[in-house]
Amino acid sequence: MASMRDIKRRRDSIQSTEQITKAMKLVSTVKLQKSKSKAEASKPYFNLMYETISSVLQKSENLDHKYLKPGASQKKAVIAITSNRGLAGGYNNNIVKLINGELPAQDTYVYAIGRKGRDGLTRKGFAIKADYSEVINEPLYRDAADITLELLDGFTRGEIGEIYLAYTSFKNTVTQIPKLIKLLPVEMESGEEDKKAHALMTYEPDEEEVLNSIVPKYMSSLIYGALLEAVASENGARMTAMDNATSNAEEMIEVLSLQYNRARQGAITQELTEIVAGANAIS
Amino acid sequence: MAEMFKLEIVTPERVFYEGDASMVELSTTEGDIGVYANHIPMTAIVAPGVLKIHEAGGVKRAALHAGFIEVLPEMITIMAEVVEWPDEIDVKRAEDARVRAERRLKDNKAECDTLRAKLALRRALTRLSARQ
Repeated sequence: MASMRDIKRRRDSIQSTEQITKAMKLVSTVKLQKSKSKAEASKPYFNLMYETISSVLQKSENLDHKYLKPGASQKKAVIAITSNRGLAGGYNNNIVKLINGELPAQDTYVYAIGRKGRDGLTRKGFAIKADYSEVINEPLYRDAADITLELLDGFTRGEIGEIYLAYTSFKNTVTQIPKLIKLLPVEMESGEEDKKAHALMTYEPDEEEVLNSIVPKYMSSLIYGALLEAVASENGARMTAMDNATSNAEEMIEVLSLQYNRARQGAITQELTEIVAGANAIS
Repeated sequence: MAEMFKLEIVTPERVFYEGDASMVELSTTEGDIGVYANHIPMTAIVAPGVLKIHEAGGVKRAALHAGFIEVLPEMITIMAEVVEWPDEIDVKRAEDARVRAERRLKDNKAECDTLRAKLALRRALTRLSARQ
């Protein structure tokens, strides 16, 4: 059996770890509330954007537009949204695994948002084309628009054939789902009957111009929405992970306390026996 | 009193405006337009300009910089990338931006900067006129 001092040292160390995990949990709970309300505030814009673009596309099915067909290149681009910090359970790893499973490493450019994903994908052999890791700390719509511009530039120059977006969607505080969606060429789930589809829409100046202008905005709004959701997911994942860590630490402390008390009792009993034996020997 | 329609202005960050209006005035890439209820369905691209919302109680102004507008007979949706109420505009900053942009346009050194300066000037002027 380990000595009293060893057990005590171990228990103290776990106790201080528990304090850290507890504090981290509190911090991420507060951050989660903030990021959650931000993500929810951006939902109406995103939903309307989706509705609009799908109604535009439904009425212009045979439209021949550069954003609606895959580019000439075999190369794919993926925007990987992860976090800059670890200790969030499987949050970052899930995105890396998802991308690694779905896209071929040698034909994919990674536009990394978040250091953890960038490092993880580098290890898997992906080429990192650009790194926007600072963005995830405080996502702005401008950032999403800048990334969109750069990607669309690559798309129109024929360097990239398809553009994907990988992020963790925030379902609720305990459930976050890693998702990979295709941004370009724009594809809509068909079969959905839109109420606006019947109205005869006129486009000013014309359909092509409108698409030229709307598609980048659509992409920006998707990326922006994904950024906000990813931040909320990150905090949710970290909160859950830290909650687990705290309860594990509590469990271990309980076991160790029991062991410590047993060892203490054993030591006292032994001392008593020794004293009694010594006293007996003298008399 | 003109017929009312539902107007919704959303930005990526928030729902900017939601309510009933009798007319809305704004600039598109094809020119300035004013839209009443029962307009034919239309989608147009927004150009920087002053947005005027004619409500039952009066006219509200805002500076609208980018986005697009979707017009349906009973409802108008403006998907704005950047839009500001007059009281959110920093007049001093807008004035400074206007002076800087004009100066840059006068200098006219590099070709590529002209476009940016023109856009900046347009934004500044929009802000200033929305404030008046």
